[in-house]
Amino acid sequence: MTTPIIRVKDVHKSYGKGPNRFDALKGVTFDINEGESVAIIGKSGSGKSTLMHVLALLDAPTSGTVELEGIDTSTLKGKKLNRARNKTFGFVFQQFFLTANISVLENVMLPMKIAGVRRSERKARAHAALEQLEMDDKASNKAVNLSGGQKQRSVIARALVNNPRIIFADEPTGNLDTATGGNVEDILFALNRDKGITLIVVTHDDELAARCDRRIYIRDGLLVNDTTEVAA
Amino acid sequence: MNVLDLIGTAASNTFRSKTRTVLTILAIFVGAFTLTITNGLGTGINRYIDDTVTAIGAEDVMTVSVSQDANAGFADSSGPAEYDPDAIASDGFNRPGSTVVALTPDDLEALASIDGVLDVEATKSISPDWIQAGDGPQYLTSVGGLVDGQTVQLAAGAAPSADSDAFELNVPISYVESLGFADADAAVGQTLTIAITDAERTQHLVDATIVGVAEESIAATGAGGLVVNDALTDELYTTQNIGISLDEQERYAQASIRFDAAATDADVTALKERLTDAGYTGTTVADQLGTFKTIIDAIVLVLNAFAIIALLAASFGIVNTLFMSVQERTREIGLMKAMGMGGGKIFGLFSLEAVIIGFLGSAIGVGIGMLVGTGISSVLAGALLADLPGLTLIAFDPLSVTVIILVVMAIAFLAGTLPAARAAKADPVESLRYE
Repeated sequence: MTTPIIRVKDVHKSYGKGPNRFDALKGVTFDINEGESVAIIGKSGSGKSTLMHVLALLDAPTSGTVELEGIDTSTLKGKKLNRARNKTFGFVFQQFFLTANISVLENVMLPMKIAGVRRSERKARAHAALEQLEMDDKASNKAVNLSGGQKQRSVIARALVNNPRIIFADEPTGNLDTATGGNVEDILFALNRDKGITLIVVTHDDELAARCDRRIYIRDGLLVNDTTEVAA
Repeated sequence: MNVLDLIGTAASNTFRSKTRTVLTILAIFVGAFTLTITNGLGTGINRYIDDTVTAIGAEDVMTVSVSQDANAGFADSSGPAEYDPDAIASDGFNRPGSTVVALTPDDLEALASIDGVLDVEATKSISPDWIQAGDGPQYLTSVGGLVDGQTVQLAAGAAPSADSDAFELNVPISYVESLGFADADAAVGQTLTIAITDAERTQHLVDATIVGVAEESIAATGAGGLVVNDALTDELYTTQNIGISLDEQERYAQASIRFDAAATDADVTALKERLTDAGYTGTTVADQLGTFKTIIDAIVLVLNAFAIIALLAASFGIVNTLFMSVQERTREIGLMKAMGMGGGKIFGLFSLEAVIIGFLGSAIGVGIGMLVGTGISSVLAGALLADLPGLTLIAFDPLSVTVIILVVMAIAFLAGTLPAARAAKADPVESLRYE
């Protein structure tokens, strides 16, 4: 059996101390295999965003372990951790997080700039990623002037540009109308299918969740239903 | 992220919010501008003093006289001072009627043998009765010579030639009109008659050629009188001493000694000590003008302090600007961190931004400061300071200008560390959630 790309073991995450203590995750355990598309579903306040932050190594669990390709991520510190994030993950956020007043191209190049890729290569790869998403003609436009769908496609290009193993999508269609949202979903699933990029979607949209291979339901910090386990 | 990218990104971020950045730069500009002007003032005045120093005397020349008891000639608790046959009345150097102990040829030899003394030359003191150009009125004046290394700041003509056998002299520019010449150029080449009385009360007339006209300066050569060459000095001295026996003649109030031009301050101090031990007092030109320079430096220091206060106020502007910038870019910082940008790089990004603001403010401040300073000094040179020719009130030297820019950049960097540290510490999750 191959090592799962992410293995979550009894993860707890709490905020605050004493009487103000709030347990966002109360012991979550599951594996995600390479190439899967997984939806993490739950109401707001259920702990699904916290779970995603822990998975994306943006936040460390209070207890329990998160393994990335068999490596305990609590052993990753400083530069190694930054490198792991930069090389392994791509992020797609509901609020896009594009820098408004710089060009789409500059926005897409940001992860490579952080990685220290040479400028010429940066440009070539950013153009290639934008082309893939049919956004190359907008490369020199300022991000602020794009429509919602265009923004989200730019964000996907940015997520793709470092050839990540995993794409985290936090409500990727939350700010888009149905048609545009569907389009963006198609792109994400095509990447999952064609390139084998693991897709982890955090959503409360059942239709989007239904398109994933697997759905993990979170309620009150606990995993209440995992479709693969049900199927098994 | 490599260094070049970091700088490039910081530079483009600087102008993300143009109005705010420009206002901050303006605040820095005011400080840097003031600092440039005050510094330029110090440089200008000190440079003028330095020029004057070379006019008064060469750097490697020391004036030597015989040390005396401060109470000489007055009764004190130890009784009256003993009569010294070498004491002569001196004029020009001390209170009227006071005496100095003269230097004899023996003293000159003793001086020459002191370690570090390269050359000794007695100062021949000459007191002419009057000078006259053509048939014009007669005027009182004093006479001084040039020691090697001394220069005259000339308004016209040339300095008197040391090698020439002809009698040559320079007159100060203030004499030109009194002597009846149209202007400085007209005076050059004219003959000046000098009257001098010898020991037998006979008056002699010596004719000399005016070869140049000297600028007035705060410490002009020859104490603002005539500057004569060696040939004329010898002629006048011999004439003045007619009737005095030869060994009486060779009495000098002062002598000039030369030392190694490369001597350090410590060497000069050591030489002075050796002179003191031998019973002489040595004074360099630097000693004479040292106090003056100290005062100028102190004034400039106070002015600079005001400029630094302005800069400190401006640096709070930088802190404020960058805090706002960090606040505005909270989510961007979160995103960059999520993408694996380290805290150190984030810190670098924001502190570089501060340094860029500091650099722009100081470069513009220094640039405009230099333009305005040069303008002011050229206007003043023609009006208020016309009596001090050669004075550039506000001057700049590349070193101090560079130092100003670097200091401002360092202050800006320090101001930037606070917001930059906040950005570096920001938690990516919190930052991404920030609305």
